[in-house]
Amino acid sequence: MTAIAARAAAELAQRGRVRGVAFRRFYERLLHFGLLGLTLLSVLTTVAIIVVLVKESGGFFFMEGSEVTFVSFFTGTVWSPLLGAKPQYGVLPLVGGTVLVTSIAGLFALPIGLLTAVFLSEYASPRTRMLLKAILEVLAGIPTVVYGFFALTFITPYLLQPLSDRFGTYNAMGAGIAVGIMILPIVCSLSEDALRGVPQSLRDGAYALGSTKFDVTARVVVPAGLSGIVAAFLLALTRAIGETMIVALAAGGLAQLTANPAEQVQTMTAYMVQIFLGDAPANGIEYRSSYAVAMTLFAITFVMTWTGALVLKRYREEYE
Amino acid sequence: MMPTVIQIPSPVDPSAEGATPDRASEPAVSMAKAIQLRGFSAWYSAHQVLSAVDLDIAANRVCALIGPSGCGKSTLLRWMNRMNDTILGARASGSLHLHGLQVLSPDLDVVDLRRRVGMVFQKPNPFPKSIFDNVAFGPRLHRQYGRTDLEELVEQSLRSSALWTEVKDRLHRSALGLSGGQQQRLCIARAIAVDPEVLLMDEPCSALDPRSTASIEELIRELRETYTIVIVTHNMQQASRVSDTTAFFDEGRLIETGETDEVFTAPRERRTEDYVSGRFG
Amino acid sequence: MSAGRAIPIARRLRHDRMLLIACLSATTLAVAVLSALLISVFIQGLSSLDWHFLSSYASRKAANAGILAPLMGTLWVCAICGLIAVPLGVATALYLEEYAPRTRLRSLVQLNIANLSGVPSIVYGILGLAAFARCFGAISTDDPWTLGSPDSLFFLQLPFGRGVLAGGLTLALVVLPIMIIAAQEALRTVPKSLRHAALALGSTRWQVVWKVTLPAALPTMMTGAILSMSRAIGEAAPLLVIGGVLLLFSVPENLMSDFTVLPLQIYNWAGRPQDDFHKIAAGAIIVQLVLLLLFNSVALFIRHKLQRPLQ
Repeated sequence: MTAIAARAAAELAQRGRVRGVAFRRFYERLLHFGLLGLTLLSVLTTVAIIVVLVKESGGFFFMEGSEVTFVSFFTGTVWSPLLGAKPQYGVLPLVGGTVLVTSIAGLFALPIGLLTAVFLSEYASPRTRMLLKAILEVLAGIPTVVYGFFALTFITPYLLQPLSDRFGTYNAMGAGIAVGIMILPIVCSLSEDALRGVPQSLRDGAYALGSTKFDVTARVVVPAGLSGIVAAFLLALTRAIGETMIVALAAGGLAQLTANPAEQVQTMTAYMVQIFLGDAPANGIEYRSSYAVAMTLFAITFVMTWTGALVLKRYREEYE
Repeated sequence: MMPTVIQIPSPVDPSAEGATPDRASEPAVSMAKAIQLRGFSAWYSAHQVLSAVDLDIAANRVCALIGPSGCGKSTLLRWMNRMNDTILGARASGSLHLHGLQVLSPDLDVVDLRRRVGMVFQKPNPFPKSIFDNVAFGPRLHRQYGRTDLEELVEQSLRSSALWTEVKDRLHRSALGLSGGQQQRLCIARAIAVDPEVLLMDEPCSALDPRSTASIEELIRELRETYTIVIVTHNMQQASRVSDTTAFFDEGRLIETGETDEVFTAPRERRTEDYVSGRFG
Repeated sequence: MSAGRAIPIARRLRHDRMLLIACLSATTLAVAVLSALLISVFIQGLSSLDWHFLSSYASRKAANAGILAPLMGTLWVCAICGLIAVPLGVATALYLEEYAPRTRLRSLVQLNIANLSGVPSIVYGILGLAAFARCFGAISTDDPWTLGSPDSLFFLQLPFGRGVLAGGLTLALVVLPIMIIAAQEALRTVPKSLRHAALALGSTRWQVVWKVTLPAALPTMMTGAILSMSRAIGEAAPLLVIGGVLLLFSVPENLMSDFTVLPLQIYNWAGRPQDDFHKIAAGAIIVQLVLLLLFNSVALFIRHKLQRPLQ
């Protein structure tokens, strides 16, 4: 019975038209190289970014009549491109502004994000976890300009100004907290991934030695997931450094080197917004300075994401 | 030693299951240091895995729990140090005495229980820390040690799991660099370091090659002088090699228990005979 | 063996409780922040929402202003972005997961993609301005090559100028790395056995990809697409570099038209000192959030539909 069916099947299988082998090979090749070409677009993007930034900021440094040098740019402590008769281009106040805002954001988001991640991965029931993850997803989807609005109309007037009247309408603190809220979901979900990646057998091993939940979490799970957590922190801080709309709205427009969170500061990104929205002539030195700032910003974030990716890669190797 | 009374979230509902034993009506624990189960049943949610088990395990001997997959032997082991607390929906009733502790009591200090009952798992699970820190992990949880004391303790623990000579030159390298058999002996050393009274072993050799298995078996035979050992195994030869007494489980019931020689050579029950001779399971 | 001083259990349990309290407070704070944000936006913005607000152009008076131009701009730009970024992202992911030999070169490309996802979006704006709006200066913007009449839907010119197309392409660059990484993760969830089964039947590589791997990964890929498109809808910084903040009195007519988008309009209004403008900014935020929600639920619905035959 089965033998007959098998013979019939073999016969039926012969009926279809044979597809040309040569055509098939050509088609496969074509697709292969087509996909390869599209993949290389992403490499091209990086190259293009670097070329554009280098070329345009080259124009800034080597422009005729420009007195800016690399040394004066990277070590100068006064940034006043639009003020006074003799503009000064020392990038440190902008970098300082970015560092101040990012530090505030980090101080807010890293501990809260990590603790929330610990709660999600070690304490929450599956249902609570689902609900909280959904809330975090909502937070992650909110456009950053909304956080800027929130800083300007809620955080500063209702949380900061009642505390101290030294907070102006624009200040580093409000912007920093808003940036912190923005990166909170990133910190949280990436750290949670790292914590959940720690094998259950390690938790069991620790409990079997008489650990409390605190011991298990603080001495086993968090150390074991540490490189994943560090990578999460780095990626989140990179996002904070590159964040534009929040600081453009809420941090102010005065480039100054200060550690006082109640003062207004200008970050690298906020300066770029100011130039691109302003009416500085496209070939003028002020306009070109924004490219030098962009180059600095790109270099900083590039190093940070590179480090983050390497840390993450090592973390993955640990468990594979 | 009386356990410190603490409130713990317990899966055991004393009122429903009668898990809090009335001391007067309980049979006296025959030996000061032994494990005794009376009418012990266990569930995962609605699914009953063990029913009405009565079992005595003598101190300073090796007891093997054998039986086909899903017979409940691992569940029993995991109740002896309450590891089942971490599993949602796990509960048990009856009584389980272990070296003078009422293991199922909701007032039991689980942390202290687990210090006194060490466990070695199926797959070696060293922490991603140095060899030294792995062994020192447990002691550091429970006590504050001077440096030399701790170093001595780690050395002794590693000696008693026959690992010292192999690792003494690389104590501060990662434990993940050890071979599977070494990792498992490290886990045994880690368990020994907290000075337990009982060692539970859940198929400790199932992930190891034959040579590592032989060295672990030898270790088990030596360790019984110091500890009461309960070992779950699928491997009949292993059970006959390492254990003094054997308990055979099938479908959630204890079928037969006795001296290992007797259970393997002259079983009283037909099912035991079929299983130990390899006819099923 | 018990040298050393015992650590009291009470202290250990106190640590235990403190950790739980810390975790709970952090989580509560995160939830509270989100609630505060949504509530404050709704309180400020609800009153400005009406049909007039949705169907009017910008105005110097807050009371008369509407969001028609940015709303349409957002739709145009995001449509272009999605049409470019999603297929491109999937193609790249396919190459990296299914074709590329596991060489150093591949891990370098992979690292490059991870790096691109960390590049600040405003930097993409600079790239877009140079590449799309100006063609790297290869063709003068004052004397562009044109195709069709400026009034027609199919009007094209090179360089693209600061129009919808340049904006959409720039956004596509921003979300491309996100899309690639998400699509790769989706492809990795497809079991190897499925691929092996198809290969054992004599399928070519592409047939395996097209008939087995892609359909199996599609629902998960949809999630990635939603994720990247939600990011695109909310992006303002790169578009600010491309188009500036404009008060437009027209909706885009073709790919070269000037445009503005909702986040930029919100930025513009929120940055003004008057309370009235804050109110309409909050109104625009509500529209933006509703748009986001709508988009997510449509995508979730499609994903749900796609997933069913596989179960």
